[in-house]
Amino acid sequence: MQFTLDDLKRILLESAGADESVDLDGDILDRRWDELGYESLALLETGSRIEREHGISLDESEVADAHTPRELLAIVNTQLATTAAA
Amino acid sequence: MTATAVITGLGVAAPNGLGVKEYWTATLRGESAIARIERFDPSRYPARLAGQVRGFVAEDHLPSRLLPQTDRMTRLALVAADWALDDAGVRPDELPPYDMGVVTASSSGGFEFGQNELRNLWSKGSQYVSAYQSFAWFYAVNSGQISIRNGMKGPSGVVVSDQAGGLDAVAQARRQIRRGTPLIVSGSIDASICPWGWVAQLAGGRLSTSEDPDRAYLPFDANACGHVPGEGGAILVVEDAEAARHRGARPYGEIAGYGATFDPRPGSGRERGLRRAIELALADAGVEERDVDVVFADGAALPEEDRAEAEAITAVFGRAGVPVTAPKTMTGRLYSGAAPLDLATALLSIADRQIPPTVNVRPVTDYGLDLVTGAPRPAELRTVLVLARGHAGFNSAMVVRSVA
Repeated sequence: MQFTLDDLKRILLESAGADESVDLDGDILDRRWDELGYESLALLETGSRIEREHGISLDESEVADAHTPRELLAIVNTQLATTAAA
Repeated sequence: MTATAVITGLGVAAPNGLGVKEYWTATLRGESAIARIERFDPSRYPARLAGQVRGFVAEDHLPSRLLPQTDRMTRLALVAADWALDDAGVRPDELPPYDMGVVTASSSGGFEFGQNELRNLWSKGSQYVSAYQSFAWFYAVNSGQISIRNGMKGPSGVVVSDQAGGLDAVAQARRQIRRGTPLIVSGSIDASICPWGWVAQLAGGRLSTSEDPDRAYLPFDANACGHVPGEGGAILVVEDAEAARHRGARPYGEIAGYGATFDPRPGSGRERGLRRAIELALADAGVEERDVDVVFADGAALPEEDRAEAEAITAVFGRAGVPVTAPKTMTGRLYSGAAPLDLATALLSIADRQIPPTVNVRPVTDYGLDLVTGAPRPAELRTVLVLARGHAGFNSAMVVRSVA
């Protein structure tokens, strides 16, 4: 199972809403979180919801080091693959 | 020279009116909003009436980014702050961030948000608790969120002293203006009409358990039987008078005087502190008793507390020496939101030359108060005294005065 950008966008909206000046449907994969209007607490909440929905555990410091949606997707998908293989 | 602090903008979220115009119209008509609780089913609680802010849809006013992280009281406060700034003609993005601060009051914090997250904790587990619980319940959160939304980085904070805090915060705003910050957003909004907030208030033992909205909250009446809680309040833009004049603002009035005292230990036999708070406020404003045109009372609606307030007022002004009113009989007690709403009401009264009424109350003659009841009383008003007492001994008094 793959965690997609659409999954992430949905969870971001539920967790933290969206900044009025940002179009989440635009090309956001490589935009930095601060450019997208999300601070560390929004990402903490987002990470927590991803964990709940997918029954996985994410490394907090890895999530904190992910600066873009692409980096966060990679962390989640690696964890999903590891959990599935275990 | 000490800077003069003026109020240049009002933002009101009251049970009997959302927005200054709606609130003031309803208040002059004597329209009470006290009714059975609709925000949760109160049937199993001993007190079932409240003053609820109706028709507030946060999504219509605030960006989605703020909704998952805010309690109802914060949403109301953010919107009231927007209205107050707009009313003052202030565009925060055009002013230096360190020239603007935020000082609000709070009495309970974000109870409904906290209740939901505690429910998540108990029923589902810690991983279901919102990360925003870290601050969304917190007393200082309204100040923080108003500061962030409007880019206000000057001196800021929160004052927590129950109902008295509504005046104490505005006094702190004036202090910061005197120390050199030109603009402080102040006032307060409280809102904790949810089961957890309700049981906390019930535990205090001061709520009215009457089922009749017209008989439930009767300060200074022989049938006084406790208060009905409400939600809401007012956010005020407080400015240095020179700065306000410089940008062409038209102030509603000046924060002319303030006094605060704390009651002595119960049973000490010493006089309680409200009279002295009034005298301190008058002295601070440099006005005589005869200069005060109307008093907005605290209105606890417990016989002993009403008597103490009446004694303090008559000790200073004499029997029936000054008109007294309690428009909060239409909203219920708003805790830290009450006195800022009274300040806003006082300023509207000055502008409109009318003292709004105290509704439903037949005052105890023995108290010696000239209580304005039934209908608004026309009056030339220049100087108004607002009183607020917090549970367990806080007494605050503030004098506002027209600037014309």
